[in-house]
Amino acid sequence: MAREHPPKLAVWKFASCDGCQLSLLDCEDELLEVAGAVEIAYFPEATRAVIRGPYDISLVEGSITTDHDAKRIQQIRKQSRFLVTIGACATAGGIQALRNFQDVDEFISTVYATPAYISALDKSTPIADHVFVDFQLRGCPINKYQLIEVISAYLNGRKPNVPTYSVCMECKQRGAVCVMVADGKPCLGPVTQAGCGALCPAYHRPCFGCYGPMETPNTASLSAWWKQLGVSDGEIVRAFRSFNAYSEAFRKESEAHERSDH
Amino acid sequence: MNAQTIKVDYLARVEGEGGLHVRVKDDRVVDVKLKIFEPPRFFEAFLRGRQYSEAPDITARICGICPVAYQMSSVHAMERAFGVIIPQPLRELRRLLYCGEWIESHVLHAAMLHAPDFLGYPDAIVMAKDHPDVVRKALQLKKIGNDIVNLVGGREIHPINVRVGGFYRTPTRREIRQLKERLLVGRDLAVEFARFVAGLPFPEFRQDYEFVALRHPDEYPFNEGRLASNRGLDIDIADYENHFIEEHVIHSTALHSRLKDRGAYHVGPLARYNLNFDRLPPAVQALARELGFEPPLTNPFQTIAARALETLYACEEALRIIDSYQMPDSPSVPVQPRAATGWGCTEAPRGILYHRYTLDETGAILEARIVPPTSQNQKSIESDLWHFVEQALDFPIDRLTWHCEQVVRNYDPCISCSVHFLKLNVERE
Repeated sequence: MAREHPPKLAVWKFASCDGCQLSLLDCEDELLEVAGAVEIAYFPEATRAVIRGPYDISLVEGSITTDHDAKRIQQIRKQSRFLVTIGACATAGGIQALRNFQDVDEFISTVYATPAYISALDKSTPIADHVFVDFQLRGCPINKYQLIEVISAYLNGRKPNVPTYSVCMECKQRGAVCVMVADGKPCLGPVTQAGCGALCPAYHRPCFGCYGPMETPNTASLSAWWKQLGVSDGEIVRAFRSFNAYSEAFRKESEAHERSDH
Repeated sequence: MNAQTIKVDYLARVEGEGGLHVRVKDDRVVDVKLKIFEPPRFFEAFLRGRQYSEAPDITARICGICPVAYQMSSVHAMERAFGVIIPQPLRELRRLLYCGEWIESHVLHAAMLHAPDFLGYPDAIVMAKDHPDVVRKALQLKKIGNDIVNLVGGREIHPINVRVGGFYRTPTRREIRQLKERLLVGRDLAVEFARFVAGLPFPEFRQDYEFVALRHPDEYPFNEGRLASNRGLDIDIADYENHFIEEHVIHSTALHSRLKDRGAYHVGPLARYNLNFDRLPPAVQALARELGFEPPLTNPFQTIAARALETLYACEEALRIIDSYQMPDSPSVPVQPRAATGWGCTEAPRGILYHRYTLDETGAILEARIVPPTSQNQKSIESDLWHFVEQALDFPIDRLTWHCEQVVRNYDPCISCSVHFLKLNVERE
């Protein structure tokens, strides 16, 4: 695609750990090339220079947890042609969405010395609950090569090639032994989206769901298998409630077992 | 100059969201606030009810820049609570993992986020146009740090291989040996980077700090040691909360820490370096002296030198561990939960990171407390700004503003870390 000016890239942060935007700086071999292909117009973690919008690509990290941020994301959407959410916080509400299952006022009044200083919404929500999102890149953290794929797809006017099948597929591709079949360990791989390269099974550890639910996951069936391995309802609730706790499939599955836990 | 305000609404090149506000009246600073508006994320609150075994993976998510530090402080706390003894080969592997995090985090900050300040560039990418060699070599060195974390931890951000009791899988001797060639290159790059840093122009500015860091009988500190200071502090980490308190201030979603009776203190590379210089290998000490960085360093702008020398140390230490590596008999030792309290304090790249957990007999977390380094440095940052602005009032406003940002960046503040839910028992005045 011929362009007169390189496309302007912006990186925005909401409630998060900074790890997903750090993935861009962790592209040691590619960073200067990426910086040559796009104009880095707004990326406060890396630069104090600011170029005004509108922006061609906005990468959005983090979840919406305050009233101020709920307004800020609207402004960012208006200035962005192509808005990509990166990571579990932006795509599912993140680990901080564990508050969504409890009373946030109780959190604040029990643990902050001066609750009046704190302003927080009662839920941590993904960006797509607030604005239209062009593409969602999953992971806690995201895979930096998938991030480069998304940027490169945009630069070339095509759809990003990011698979939505489960971690099991990557396990087979890698030739890793199935930790659930061979070792009887409860693994979230069958319902979790690929992207990590089946990292945990390769380290003899069951998947714990960093990339969130795959497309059309059968979570109820997986839970039934886990129960045969002797896993309790309480443990199932905790397994589905981590970094992608508020994604629909994981949330519903954890709630089903929370009810049977009582 | 009459009444004047220096405002930076959104600090760049720090991890997280913060701004700063300095008010000056008739050549006197009347107010300084490091504003932290990173939204709170409530970690200590939702850790309650989780299993001890989940803490390393959950607390890693406090910070994507130093997840290893969170994993290390949490596993040490749990192991202390349950009386678990970690065998030497696993202990060495944890040190190796920490070397990787120090290298990648220090080089990211020193070369990519901090060096541009000294040379007047907005960022490392623009700096790369004039100094391509410095930036490319720094990226290469940073990558070597990430290679270590990748191998030992599984991936560079939020590693998956750390568990209470050890690891899930330990690398083979062959895998470990593959790091050696790269680390030998890394060591040379680190020396070169330290020489580059020695040539930077440091603003003249000295402060009288109480430095606080871990101190270990034989090692430069990563995971273990007593807490020591240059003003006589020498305590077991379990006594941390008897000596340090936290306060909630209106302009920050991060709590401010201070030493009881004494106030502000300074943690991080400068504190470690000044308190533990005698624990550095002779080669690192010699280079430090040659470059004019004889301790104590009391100019906070020279923290970048401590970071560069610690990067060299981390390369040396990683090489030492690799050379003597024997694959452990088992990747982890058994862990038997019991009702107890445990403390962990390790040296994150930015300074001491304190964790305390109270657990029940099933290993469920009843209470958690986490004090990250940036909360501990907030008072020192504000005090530096106060003193720096008073001596630099004749600078043009844009130059003064940039210098003030740099005063904050000296600390490599990790704002995402410093903002999370902390349990405050008492507010003592």
